Amino acid sequence: MKRRAVRKSVNVLALGLSALMTAIGLIFLGAILWTLVKDGVAGMSAAVFTQNTPPPGTASGGLLNAIYGSAIMTVLGILIGAPIGILAGTYLAEYGRKSALSSVIRFINDVLLSAPSIIIGLFVYELVVVPMGNFSAISGAIALAIIAMPVIVRTTEDMLNLVPQGMKDASTAMGAYPWRTITSIAYPAARSGMVTGLLLAVARISGETAPLLFTALNNQFWSTSLKAPMANLPVVIFQFALSPYANWQQLAWAGALLITFAILVLSIIARVAVSRLGPGAARK
Amino acid sequence: MSSAEAFARHLAGQRLRERIFRASTLAAAILLLLLLGGVVVSLLHGAWPAFDRFRLAFITQDVWNPVTNRYGALSAIYGTVVTSVLAMILALPVSFGIAVFLTELAPPWLKRPVGVAIELLAAIPSIIFGIWGLFVLAPVLQESVEPWIDGHLGKLPLVGALFQGAPYGIGFLTAGIVLAIMIIPFISAVIRDVFDTVPDVLKESGYGLGATTWEVIWKVVVPYSRSGMIGGIMLGLGRALGETMAVTFVIGNAHQISASLLAPGTTISAAIANEFTEATTPLYTSSLIALGVLLFVITFAVIAAARLMLLRLGRRGLASV
Repeated sequence: MKRRAVRKSVNVLALGLSALMTAIGLIFLGAILWTLVKDGVAGMSAAVFTQNTPPPGTASGGLLNAIYGSAIMTVLGILIGAPIGILAGTYLAEYGRKSALSSVIRFINDVLLSAPSIIIGLFVYELVVVPMGNFSAISGAIALAIIAMPVIVRTTEDMLNLVPQGMKDASTAMGAYPWRTITSIAYPAARSGMVTGLLLAVARISGETAPLLFTALNNQFWSTSLKAPMANLPVVIFQFALSPYANWQQLAWAGALLITFAILVLSIIARVAVSRLGPGAARK
Repeated sequence: MSSAEAFARHLAGQRLRERIFRASTLAAAILLLLLLGGVVVSLLHGAWPAFDRFRLAFITQDVWNPVTNRYGALSAIYGTVVTSVLAMILALPVSFGIAVFLTELAPPWLKRPVGVAIELLAAIPSIIFGIWGLFVLAPVLQESVEPWIDGHLGKLPLVGALFQGAPYGIGFLTAGIVLAIMIIPFISAVIRDVFDTVPDVLKESGYGLGATTWEVIWKVVVPYSRSGMIGGIMLGLGRALGETMAVTFVIGNAHQISASLLAPGTTISAAIANEFTEATTPLYTSSLIALGVLLFVITFAVIAAARLMLLRLGRRGLASV
């Protein structure tokens, strides 16, 4: 009887601890979000969206050039990364499903998926910035594309694998070549899942800071040239948060709130799109 | 043109498109291979002057002096390892608790919202954790927590040296805590997913024998999902090792090795992020790229091991992380 009491109290203690740990984790994460919203909203104003990043020592200023730069480089990154990612994912799911090459590429892709992003920044610096001779928006976009690619490859492969084999067989039986089956049957069937993968990739790269530090760098002024350094939200947040100026720090918080908000919205849309696919589709 | 000829032409066109499409998917797949190869080659190329100059001393010395142009990575390696280990020690119990709570304990109405919240938090960019650490956590640590640690834990025998020193607010401890908070959502999501793979029949047979909930978790669920758990934990470790922005804000950027966790230091990624655009000599730049090579080797080993373990389980983790 005593042994049973001990076991029961161990049970209560352990489960109580795990509930406590959950509470602790959520409290910390809640604290971060609360600070983010409080200081972010305090830093928010119309100027954030209408003025460029201010020079040192001036009072006002906004994030217009940084918002523009982030949007441009994220879009370019996806435009470069998506076709390659989708094609590679198609190879893994369809043409090379069981080949040895595919297992190697799958493994490499998984490693790239979790590789430190600052390494990608160094790589693009060596590959693009050094030959070009200066920091540039296009090198930033390439770095972001390399980070987006593994995410897209992975979701494309997973989603194509969910397309019922019978559908593809039916198309083949009609005499369609594989490319026709893939583009006319498999892609439409897997479309919402693939779009989700793209959204996740956008969410992933729009907050990346480390790979932009020595590719796109930053630009205090409005610039649309892809060959010149370009302002972007993450690097501006980095520099402004570490600055001694109060208005810069406020802008950093406003930028942080903007990025987080955008990413959360994208993630939620992606999640809703996946849940429409049915249970278990998101994770495989 | 007869219809047979037209059909033959149509077929030829189809075949050509097939060849083109197939070749382009293969090319894209091989591009991924080349990418990883390219990363390795270009980093080694950039790091070569530093490795050539310092040889083994690059990883055994802790001098990092741009003025005399002498660079050793030991202090950065030390900082990377210390902050990551600290983060894992702090994050593991919490993540495990969250996973247990979500899979076995939470009532259904709480399970989904908390689970979704955790997953969404895993998507928040690391720079957010960094500025929070700098503006919110560091002052709190400096004013109240670190003086207490210094006064109480600092007097302990043996481990006391870990907890002595002036309260800077930034340093190994702060970086470790920020990293821990950052990887908690990630590790708990992976562990929860792995726990979910345990067949209900196994758990039910445990309950059928009269085991308590905790005994089922500890003696059935955990052993069953061990390799997946270790894989998830190591993925978290890989993140912590390579994390740049969350650490750069709060590590203090001092190339020094201190016994105390309260002291400022640096990590490989923080050093690269802080100094790369300011590196004035080719050897300085090369040494920073050499740091990148070291980071790549360390994280590659950890990530590869983690992925292999998750592969063995037949699961490859979340697509988003």
